[in-house]
Amino acid sequence: MNFDLTEERQMLQDSLRRFLSDRYTTSVRNEILESEAGYSADIWGQLAELGVIGALFSEEDGGFGGAGFDISTVFEELGRAGVVEPLLDTALLGGGLIAALGDDSQKELVEEVIGGAVQLAFAHGEPTSRYETSRVETTATVEGAEIILKGQKAVVVNAEAADHLIVSARESGAVDATDGISLFLVPRDATGLSLRGYALLAGGRAAEVDLDGVRLPATARLGAAGGAYAAIADVLARAEVALAAETLGAMETATELTRQYLLTRTQFGRPIGTFQALQHRVAELLIELEQARSAVINAAGHLEGDARLRDLNIAAARNLIGRAGRLVAEDSIQMHGGIAMTQEYELAHIAKRIVMAEHRFGDADTQLERFLDLSAA
Amino acid sequence: MDLSYTAEEQAFRQEVRSFLEEKLPKEMSDAVREGRGLGKEGHDRWHAILNEQGWLAPNWPKEFGGCGWNAVQRHIFEEECCRAHAPRIVPFGLSMLAPVLQKFGSKEQQDYYLPKILNGEHWWCQGYSEPGAGSDLASLKTKAVREGDHYIVNGQKTWTTLGQYANWIFCLVRTDPDAKQQEGISFLLIDMDTPGIEVRPIILLDGTHEVNEVWFTDVKVPVENLVGEENKGWTYAKYLLTHERTNIAGVGFSQAGLETVKRLARSQMHKGRPLIENPYFAARVAQAEIDLMAMSTTNLRIISAAASGQAPGVESSMLKVKGTEIRQEINDLARRAAGVYAMPFASEAVEGGNEPPIGPEGTAPVAAQYFNNRKLSIFGGSNEIQKNIIAKVKMGGRA
Ligand SMILES: Cc1cc2nc3c(=O)[nH]c(=O)nc-3n(C[C@H](O)[C@H](O)[C@H](O)COP(=O)(O)OP(=O)(O)OC[C@H]3O[C@@H](n4cnc5c(N)ncnc54)[C@H](O)[C@@H]3O)c2cc1C
Ligand SMILES: Cc1cc2nc3c(=O)[nH]c(=O)nc-3n(C[C@H](O)[C@H](O)[C@H](O)COP(=O)(O)OP(=O)(O)OC[C@H]3O[C@@H](n4cnc5c(N)ncnc54)[C@H](O)[C@@H]3O)c2cc1C
Repeated sequence: MNFDLTEERQMLQDSLRRFLSDRYTTSVRNEILESEAGYSADIWGQLAELGVIGALFSEEDGGFGGAGFDISTVFEELGRAGVVEPLLDTALLGGGLIAALGDDSQKELVEEVIGGAVQLAFAHGEPTSRYETSRVETTATVEGAEIILKGQKAVVVNAEAADHLIVSARESGAVDATDGISLFLVPRDATGLSLRGYALLAGGRAAEVDLDGVRLPATARLGAAGGAYAAIADVLARAEVALAAETLGAMETATELTRQYLLTRTQFGRPIGTFQALQHRVAELLIELEQARSAVINAAGHLEGDARLRDLNIAAARNLIGRAGRLVAEDSIQMHGGIAMTQEYELAHIAKRIVMAEHRFGDADTQLERFLDLSAA
Repeated sequence: MDLSYTAEEQAFRQEVRSFLEEKLPKEMSDAVREGRGLGKEGHDRWHAILNEQGWLAPNWPKEFGGCGWNAVQRHIFEEECCRAHAPRIVPFGLSMLAPVLQKFGSKEQQDYYLPKILNGEHWWCQGYSEPGAGSDLASLKTKAVREGDHYIVNGQKTWTTLGQYANWIFCLVRTDPDAKQQEGISFLLIDMDTPGIEVRPIILLDGTHEVNEVWFTDVKVPVENLVGEENKGWTYAKYLLTHERTNIAGVGFSQAGLETVKRLARSQMHKGRPLIENPYFAARVAQAEIDLMAMSTTNLRIISAAASGQAPGVESSMLKVKGTEIRQEINDLARRAAGVYAMPFASEAVEGGNEPPIGPEGTAPVAAQYFNNRKLSIFGGSNEIQKNIIAKVKMGGRA
């Protein structure tokens, strides 16, 4: 057994942590949160330059990493600093799908993603699909050499900034069947595609996407007709590992901010950290943090193996982090008192990232249900 | 033991219900249900409607223009108001300051201020907390120095809820810097139009402007604005806090919140079926409901003891802790029920001009409400402080 990071990953972690602590300060981030774009093109370019995007892709796809522990290393740092830039959406989801299914000319986009020149969004969830990954009502109909998309996509993160949307649509099968789902590369300015954009509570932006007879050439399809589900499941697994690691990083920051605050905040003539009622709670958070770290290691370490075991570990990690994350976020706010409730204070943003992560790909209950289903299988 | 309401109490409930059906404007109850702010005008309007009915001051004795209701009637009124999604009655003037004036204020102060609280001319806010004085309220530093027939006030208050709407603030100020902490504090009424007062907004984590900082620079306050005796303010402050903690259980809010959760869970689909049918989610809702049922009875037990003249002791601290925990759990359930549609930033998702809110009905504000209501366990004496009080009383002062 060896739980140390490889030398390359250690270097990546160090340089990313240094970059973010120098450049991604609270005031910089608060400006980004208020901005119309919802992310900083400047920071994005520098993350690409640092090789952070490349680290999320395998050598075969033009990167220099792409394994579970590369993903967890990068995202833990992003979470620690509360980064809102859409690495999950553009790189892991969008870039990952093109890398998995694209033909040679489509794959040129991956290179551009790694270089930081392109933004992507994965338009998959729908108003009634909740967290169910195979429920797709949007339809794709072939008409001669063209494909026509009709349907609605819900809370598509990074849709407005994306140069291309990767849209899932059903070509055959029952509404929740895994077979029959295809993916299409759709330029954001395609005729018939409209967006209603909005800011997200925890930072970044998303949009409701309406596909009103969007016409595409047949070459817009990624991979074989109706055969995209396996790739979607793989990419979502990677995204869930990323999200778990990101939340772990945010939990570390929340706990550390709280520990520090308790040492400095004075009430009743002494630092509040001298009250055992609060000390024990910090101790609990630290214990949960170690549990969360182990859960992320389990999930990241199983990313490349057997799919059932992979999903079981991911469901376990996401359930545990859902529970522990809520505890860390709520207790951190509580122990800070009023100050943590203010928008400007670092913890407010971090706590929102932690809690709202549950709403992507399934909350703790949904993951528990999934874990039980997989255990029974 | 009889768990049912008397015939008179039931008739009273019916009377309240009919009044709300008739007089509560629909756009107002819609706004409350959808988690939208009412603004000052909205609050003023609802206060005026209640005042016209003579129901604005349930906790005031009749002699001051109150309803003279007993604790059970007040509880029924609260419950019905929540059920109908009536706006919350802003408590600072009506249920915090007024009881202090009624008990400790001079005849002149009672005659001057109480009618203006009722008719809405004065909107009060609470100037207790300071940056360095939160849980340890008695360490407050804002000072008032007597010069002739005025006090000169300097210092800073913070977390002043709805201070942006208020034209009056009741403040705790230090009048004797040399006395022991609790003994040098006075209770002052300050007109916020006085020169030297500045109100600065604090934006909360859900994006709302609900609290403020209030700065005092050489603010001249007439001595007749002192309540009771100089340096005895701590007694009045504590008296006020016991009133602040009435209805702290928030049973009505939790009941309304639970209805919201169920409504959301009936309309949200999970794997092709309504979420309410999902056993994992249903179990959590049921547990919250079970807690609330017991809580509601705990609340009534304490209320009826109070109605028969027993002063609530640590029970009000117990109600505060349990009541806020349940409300926060219900907020959490609503957030979960909304699924991915919890993610939009509410003030954009709800108030998007003429467009309908983002997502299915009712989902847009729930995550913001979850975060906003983290305050419930922090303010009005944090839950940790309540537990300290319970322990201190029950452990013979040795905690
Ligand atoms: C089944 C069993 C087997 C054992 N086997 C052995 C053995 O083989 N050899 C041996 O030497 N001993 C043994 N012990 C003794 C064991 O180590 C003691 O029970 C233990 O140290 C606790 O001491 P206590 O029972 O006197 O509880 P106390 O020390 O009186 O503690 C009572 C409670 O107060 C809490 N408490 C105490 N101090 C604090 C504090 N400062 N802050 C917060 N909370 C506090 C404790 O956590 C506990 O909850 C055994 C005990 C049990 C129950
Ligand atoms: C939304 C909001 C609205 C408010 N509105 C008003 C208002 O209108 N007017 C007004 O005057 N005030 C208002 N307050 C202030 C509120 O009363 C204070 O926030 C509260 O008293 C806690 O003080 P603090 O925030 O300074 O936290 P602190 O006192 O610094 O406490 C920090 C943490 O330490 C814990 N702690 C402190 N002492 C102890 C102890 N001895 N043992 C164990 N734990 C301890 C606390 O429970 C808390 O978890 C409001 C606060 C908020 C958040």
